[in-house]
Amino acid sequence: MRYLPLSDANRRDMLAAVGVKSIDDLFADIPAAARAAARFELPNTQGELEVERHMSKLAAKNLPMSDAPSFLGCGNYRHHSPASLDYLIQRGEFLTAYTPYQPEIAQGTLQAIYEFQTQVTLITGMEVANASMYDGATACAEAAAMACRVTKRAKVLLSGGLHPHYRDVTSTSLRFLDIQCDALAPDPLGIEDLIGRVGQDLACVIVQTPGFFGHLNDFTALAAACHAAGALLIVAVPEPVSLGLVKPPGEMGADIVIGDGQSLATPSSFGGPGVGLFATREKFLRQMPGRLAGETTDEDGRRGWVLTLSTREQHIRREKATSNICTNSGLIALAFSIHLTLLGEKGFRHLAELNHATAVSLAEKLEGIKGVKVLPGAFFNEFAVTLPKPAAAAVDELARRCILGGVPASRFYPSYPELANVLIVAATEMNTESDIAAFAGALKEIVS
Amino acid sequence: MSQLRFTKDHEWIRVDGGVAVVGITDYAQSQLGDIVFVEVPAKGKALKAGGEAAVVESVKAASEVYAPITGEVVEGNVALPDAPETVNQDAQGAGWFFKMTLGSPSELDGLMDQAAYDKYLAELKA
Amino acid sequence: MTAADTTTGNAGLAIEQALIFEQNTDSATGVDLAPVPHTRRKLGALERKAPIGLPGMAEPEVVRHYTRLSQKNYSIDTGFYPLGSCTMKHNPRLNEKMARLPGFAEIHPFQPVATVQGALEVTDQLAKWLTALTGMAGVAMSPAAGAHGELCGLLCIRSAHEAKGQGHRRIVLVPESAHGTNPATATLAGYQVESIPATASGHVDFAALKARLRNDVAAVMITNPNTCGLFETECIEIAAAVHAAGAYFYMDGANFNALVGRVRIADLGVDAMHINLHKTFSQPHGGGGPGAGPTVLSAALADFAPVPFVVANAGAYGVAEHVGRDAGKAAFGRMKGFQGQFGVYVRSLSYILALGIDGLRQASGDAVLNANYLRAKLSAELTPAFPGLCMHEVVFDDTWLKGTGVATLDIAKALIDEGFHPMTMYFPLVVHGALLMEPTETESKATLDQFAAALLALARRAKRGDQAEWFKAAPRLAPRRRLDETKAARKPVLRWRPVESHAGGNGGTARQAAE
Repeated sequence: MRYLPLSDANRRDMLAAVGVKSIDDLFADIPAAARAAARFELPNTQGELEVERHMSKLAAKNLPMSDAPSFLGCGNYRHHSPASLDYLIQRGEFLTAYTPYQPEIAQGTLQAIYEFQTQVTLITGMEVANASMYDGATACAEAAAMACRVTKRAKVLLSGGLHPHYRDVTSTSLRFLDIQCDALAPDPLGIEDLIGRVGQDLACVIVQTPGFFGHLNDFTALAAACHAAGALLIVAVPEPVSLGLVKPPGEMGADIVIGDGQSLATPSSFGGPGVGLFATREKFLRQMPGRLAGETTDEDGRRGWVLTLSTREQHIRREKATSNICTNSGLIALAFSIHLTLLGEKGFRHLAELNHATAVSLAEKLEGIKGVKVLPGAFFNEFAVTLPKPAAAAVDELARRCILGGVPASRFYPSYPELANVLIVAATEMNTESDIAAFAGALKEIVS
Repeated sequence: MSQLRFTKDHEWIRVDGGVAVVGITDYAQSQLGDIVFVEVPAKGKALKAGGEAAVVESVKAASEVYAPITGEVVEGNVALPDAPETVNQDAQGAGWFFKMTLGSPSELDGLMDQAAYDKYLAELKA
Repeated sequence: MTAADTTTGNAGLAIEQALIFEQNTDSATGVDLAPVPHTRRKLGALERKAPIGLPGMAEPEVVRHYTRLSQKNYSIDTGFYPLGSCTMKHNPRLNEKMARLPGFAEIHPFQPVATVQGALEVTDQLAKWLTALTGMAGVAMSPAAGAHGELCGLLCIRSAHEAKGQGHRRIVLVPESAHGTNPATATLAGYQVESIPATASGHVDFAALKARLRNDVAAVMITNPNTCGLFETECIEIAAAVHAAGAYFYMDGANFNALVGRVRIADLGVDAMHINLHKTFSQPHGGGGPGAGPTVLSAALADFAPVPFVVANAGAYGVAEHVGRDAGKAAFGRMKGFQGQFGVYVRSLSYILALGIDGLRQASGDAVLNANYLRAKLSAELTPAFPGLCMHEVVFDDTWLKGTGVATLDIAKALIDEGFHPMTMYFPLVVHGALLMEPTETESKATLDQFAAALLALARRAKRGDQAEWFKAAPRLAPRRRLDETKAARKPVLRWRPVESHAGGNGGTARQAAE
């Protein structure tokens, strides 16, 4: 067995040193009846080639976005990944290191986290950021819980423009903490009134930009209303590329910004793993969940980094911790950071411009189809259209023609018949003119 | 100035002109190690004997500071959050945490005096 | 003097590396993108105008930056990593290769299910392995890590109690030797935590546990093998007592590597257990994650599992995404966006298929053998915290250091200079000055012998009695010596900020900041 270095001779010698006869004897503490009951009808070891064949066969049953024009978003986006990015994150010293608990021999990971934290604060316009959460949805739930700790209130308001998975993960986790979670109905037109709902009993309002249906909104007035009522404004950013072109939540007065770094960090990979981004104001630092890297010096006075402020965390605070998170999404955070470093200010803005321009030209093409309407409002690289027929059926038909033509809103809102014809489409720099033409052409046939 | 009294959680309290001053003992600071963060209560906060009143943290440990008696906060030591090392340097002097009223002065009788606390520490170290 | 006596601060291959912000060349980029076509703009009045402040670097500089950073890290690829309770085993590159197949990497969570049948089959196959290896009725695949899996298990338990009108049960009993995530998770589930003591032999105090099992107890969380590296021998009796009291038995599966292919946890009376795919099933730790924590569930709890989950219909796979529609009404909600940690599933399934049941059984056997071998060798100088055999990890206390002036921490730091990653220190809390070592099955006897020889030599040195100063100065040869954690925590510097300057461009000020 190629992963196991011990030879039978080694095992004999080692068993002798331990003073037992067989490996089975080492398990004597497990009740004999339970050991005897352990029967497994499972296959035995296979060579690398056989495993590759097995897995490749399964992979071949999927239709990857690399084989089809695809316009899928809804919180998970396909962007080009520079070759050096994947090379760098596969370096064993990054890939196979543990959490940097021994800072003297983990400076690589720690400096990278510190750089990541800084990048996240810059793009979001916030003051401090942590080392990552699992994904955007769980970061959203953590942010809501944090707002309740900060304000000592137990009621949360979720915008209808919030990603339904962010909404569900947040409402699930708050329910068990006896926090009231009011989620507004889906808001495909981006016209809901949040300011009118801000009351003195609210811990926070959670909104999203770009919204789930693609809208860009200015939340400055909402932030002011929240602050006047003693509540926090939490802004979710599931597509961080937007921050290269769109006013960041920090400039609108957000108190916590959460998001998912997947779009810049890692292929879609069926939606996981991603990386949760979490940034806030310095005054809330002590209530923030998750790990933090901080600068310090070593005994020789050289600059270095350590994990710090860990008294907030579960391994010290136990039942009083700000969160139970331990393992986070370190490697994906690193990938996010490397991609932003490769892009730099110029490349990041350029990439965002490209995305917007591609989406605008897609919108123009789709608008030209009879019966298809682009919903009004500003957008970045994603928007919603209404079709003259149910979007789910149209998407299935497009898939049969090898086009992944957006996500039907009904996938998320099956109990809202008024959304049955709404299709959410995204365009990125990956979409060529011919992709767009193929999509528009096929959709035209399907809806006519 | 009255004599020092102590709790089993290693707070000290000293009554000074009708107001009680509260901090953590020198033993407590030595057990915590380098103190990096202190949160003191705001004026007016109502405290109950044994209830959480302040927070003290070292790099590897976090601990609550409990109110030795019932009363109301008169003043938090606002110098501490910016200079938490004061607690290490002078736990029973400049490193005081807060001053409070004596809501029920008889509660002081239930606390240890210096001799009893020394004996308690000796037992802990044994 | 241990910092290199060179002009640069570099020491041969060990090269100092500035922050990306200090290497900024305005206008540089490591990515060349196509020109932006002229289109209308649909941004409203929300265009971002002010500079963001991201540094610009050309591709070669970026590659060098991260390559140099990587060289400041210890890793399982470069050396022995005996961190107790972390299961730092070899990460086969086959798994990475499989996760990057376009058919896995380039699929979107919201494609029509007809176009992702292979992905759902991967998830289903892994789920079947996990339920077969544990004997459990079902598995919730979506939790993202161990702590997340613990929460999944406790939320299933809370939902089950509420469904039975037992919502008043709000106490979770956790042994004092437990990992910090257990009490933190119980709080997140809306429960109060009560601690159960350990016996002198390192096991849960069953008598104390039994005495506390009243009708306000919702669950008992027990790590097995526990954090002392011992199997809870009374596990079956504990489960029976917990059930008799109307509570559920949560087993923390962080140490499942010791049990795979040897015992099914269903046969121990367990109701829920998370499995750390990033420990037992070889997902790389990646400097902190990502991981996955699928949670296996007994028949009593399986209906409460959160969405999403894969449904195997006749001839095709589906995915249940909505409570009360395609998923049953009992499902407690959703814990994770999208379809779970799919990329981790691919890696773990590849690993499991490569080993097979015979290989998995050999792996747990070798893991336990390696730990006991280390225990036997190191007992020549170190003091094991508990008598008898251990499971996959062994814990020593610091009795052997008494009077030397050397502490557990100093031994760990001295090991760094010897080229080894230290063991877990000061955990579990119930062992004084604990040194917890988990070698895993992927280490050779030669590696264990080298490690033991180095640690024994350090032990003998410490016992000379006059070496405290030498130990306190370790490590001397790592990229950094001991770092000032007090300074880091007292005045937190958590991000880089540009230094104000009157002269020069951005790059100039940044370089100044580096000095």
